[in-house]
Amino acid sequence: MIIELGHYALVLALATALIQAVLPIAGARRADRALMELASSAALVCALLVAFSFTVLTFAYVTSDFSVRNVWENSHSLKPLIYKISGVWGNHEGSMLLWLLILVFFSALVALFGRNLPETLKATVLAVQAWIAAAFALFILLTSNPFARLVPAPGEGKDLNPVLQDVGLAIHPPLLYLGYVGFSVCFSFAVAALIEGRIDAAWARWVRPWTLAAWTFLTAGIAMGSYWAYYELGWGGWWFWDPVENASFMPWLAGTALLHSALVMEKREALKIWTVLLAIMTFSLSLLGTFLVRSGVLTSVHAFATDPTRGIFILAILVVFIGGAFSLFALRASRLKSGGLFAPISREGALVLNNLILTTAAATVLTGTLYPLVLEALTGEKISVGAPFFNMTFGLLMLPLLCAVPFGPLLAWKRGDLTGVAQRLFVAATVGLLVAAVYYYAMNGGPVLALLGIALGVYLIVGALTDLVLRAGIGKVAGSIAWKRLSGLPRSAFGTALAHAGLGVTLIGIVAVTAFETETVVEMKPGMMVDAGGYTLRFDGMRQGRGPNYTDETGHFTVSRGGVAVTEIWSSKRLYTARRMPTTEAGIRTFGLSQLYVSLGDPMTDGGIVVRVWWKPMILCIWGGALIMMTGGVVSLSDRRLRVGAPTRAKRAAGLALGAAE
Amino acid sequence: MTRKQKRLAIIGGGVGFLMAAVFLVMFAFSQAVAYFYVPGDLAKASLAPGTRIRLGGLVETGSLQRGEGKTVTFNVTDTLGTVPVTYTGILPDLFREGQGVVAEGAFVAGSPVFVADTVLAKHDETYMPKDVADRLKAQGVALGGKENIQ
Repeated sequence: MIIELGHYALVLALATALIQAVLPIAGARRADRALMELASSAALVCALLVAFSFTVLTFAYVTSDFSVRNVWENSHSLKPLIYKISGVWGNHEGSMLLWLLILVFFSALVALFGRNLPETLKATVLAVQAWIAAAFALFILLTSNPFARLVPAPGEGKDLNPVLQDVGLAIHPPLLYLGYVGFSVCFSFAVAALIEGRIDAAWARWVRPWTLAAWTFLTAGIAMGSYWAYYELGWGGWWFWDPVENASFMPWLAGTALLHSALVMEKREALKIWTVLLAIMTFSLSLLGTFLVRSGVLTSVHAFATDPTRGIFILAILVVFIGGAFSLFALRASRLKSGGLFAPISREGALVLNNLILTTAAATVLTGTLYPLVLEALTGEKISVGAPFFNMTFGLLMLPLLCAVPFGPLLAWKRGDLTGVAQRLFVAATVGLLVAAVYYYAMNGGPVLALLGIALGVYLIVGALTDLVLRAGIGKVAGSIAWKRLSGLPRSAFGTALAHAGLGVTLIGIVAVTAFETETVVEMKPGMMVDAGGYTLRFDGMRQGRGPNYTDETGHFTVSRGGVAVTEIWSSKRLYTARRMPTTEAGIRTFGLSQLYVSLGDPMTDGGIVVRVWWKPMILCIWGGALIMMTGGVVSLSDRRLRVGAPTRAKRAAGLALGAAE
Repeated sequence: MTRKQKRLAIIGGGVGFLMAAVFLVMFAFSQAVAYFYVPGDLAKASLAPGTRIRLGGLVETGSLQRGEGKTVTFNVTDTLGTVPVTYTGILPDLFREGQGVVAEGAFVAGSPVFVADTVLAKHDETYMPKDVADRLKAQGVALGGKENIQ
């Protein structure tokens, strides 16, 4: 009964979304207040209905109600509670419901916190959000109903794919969706601006916090997913340039560009049309990602062709929304007056460069992701576009951007002084090269390119801090005054510095792991030793065990350095009983920022076992950097100038900040 | 600089960068992608030795041999052709005889042996072209169930 209520709530949510999609826009046209105000209440009701529906599905999972087909296919009564809950979004139907839930959640946030928005804009934004919500609610109800019953009810479920039974995966999709779907708000604002035919600096100020929030979540989601793949798949890789990963990375690149172009628009009233276009593109890439992951087109174009209902439906959503938004853009963009010009060497110029490179890089990733699909559909030829392609294109394109990042915040608006900034960054570059030299000495050599990469990372970090140091006048004025100035800086200045420094930290991790990791594959019998990263591992033997829904074999290793035992590592292979599916649980030990990573292969007939041991130097920097970037996002978001719906106070605060900057 | 010159500088720089990016992508497509083959197609493909390809098919039942330590050899077949493969390292969890496999690597000059540096396994028939899967099904070869990581 409760299941049917959940289903019914979803139908009601669709009806509410349809009302929210039509009436407020009509109200905005006719300046009818009552109709416009309907948008907010409809958005809240819709969010409550979807939330109820989602709770019902979660309830079905927790109580292991196998009369629901979706629960039967993806759950098992012996599964630990947390994986029963995460199982809700560990499958197609449930994850689409989560997608919708987050979408209406964002609409509700706009309804609640958008009090200071102009009435017509708010009504239009909420209506556009409702178009998207209605499309996806219809998609779920027609092609992917998670509440479908199974008669007669089976006694036991088929269990969740064991690879997905992991804490990392329990939180990864919600974070990723908060990012992906968060960009829908920017999209709705852009479409609303086009419909209204009016856009100004205030628009950018309203859009920026949403972009920032979505970007922060997406950063977290991508980093989480990368760490999950690293420790769960047992291959020791942290990024595979897999189409599913690219699907989340492309909106991140476009979203990063949007974050920067909105800044230009807010401060200088320039790049208006471009910012609107970018907002549309960012969410379009999110939709494309959803299509790629959800339609089955990735496993094979043929798989897509054999069961096309879902794929065609999402493709239709994609075409309607992206096509519609771009047509609207083509029709109305000329109405938006473009802003003032600026010198190429200026803060604006630097941000344009940022946008140019980021969007080109996103386009490259898009090409590499779609080319195999297009080629297979057209010629039947199958190719794999993997890491070599992306390293050659994306990697090279990003290099000039990385060099330019510290210049941006140091350049003045309107007209900057390139030589002056270069002189100020001299220290950062010198420190970078010095650290690289020390690294060279410590590692007894190393590839020059890798060392330059490390230098670039350090230069990014020091360069980001340089901005804060200069603005506070540290070293030029007395300590107490400098401290006062530093604490008086707007939070967004700290946010920028943190995000840029985080980029440097991630870069250092990537370069260090790529260039200096060691991998040893060796057949071991109890008592044998293997060296990795200055440590010695002794294989002590295997042990059998069993968990709630699996059996495992665990290898035990003693790690020593210079003859002294320092720690132990357990690495195991599990066999999940319900699906008869094996997984690798790699043994990982952290030493500072580096890790030892041990995974087991198959046992040999002579009693030995193949063991793969990696030394991953500085690998934690990769995710640590992402964490710093996120912190930057959060700090920026807490800046009062950016607080959602604080446009009135914003002008005064912005004036003060300008004064402080000079 | 005049307004016009500024605009030209920005547009010129942008177009230049885009052209460089396009060139880079074209170059990478000619160098850094691996084509997918099944054993039956290799005879007519005439590959230069050392060309990186992906070889897909089934692991022939009874062909898996563990050599000295960590090197393994097995045959990949699509019933029209069979290719011997060597691989050094740990085989993926889902690797089994009679199941689908994709090996990435190259043929060594003057030898019929395919040297793989990456082996991917999935019990999923969608890892091979549909016609091959259909052919195998028609011959009664059991294909594993479908597993998709969401």
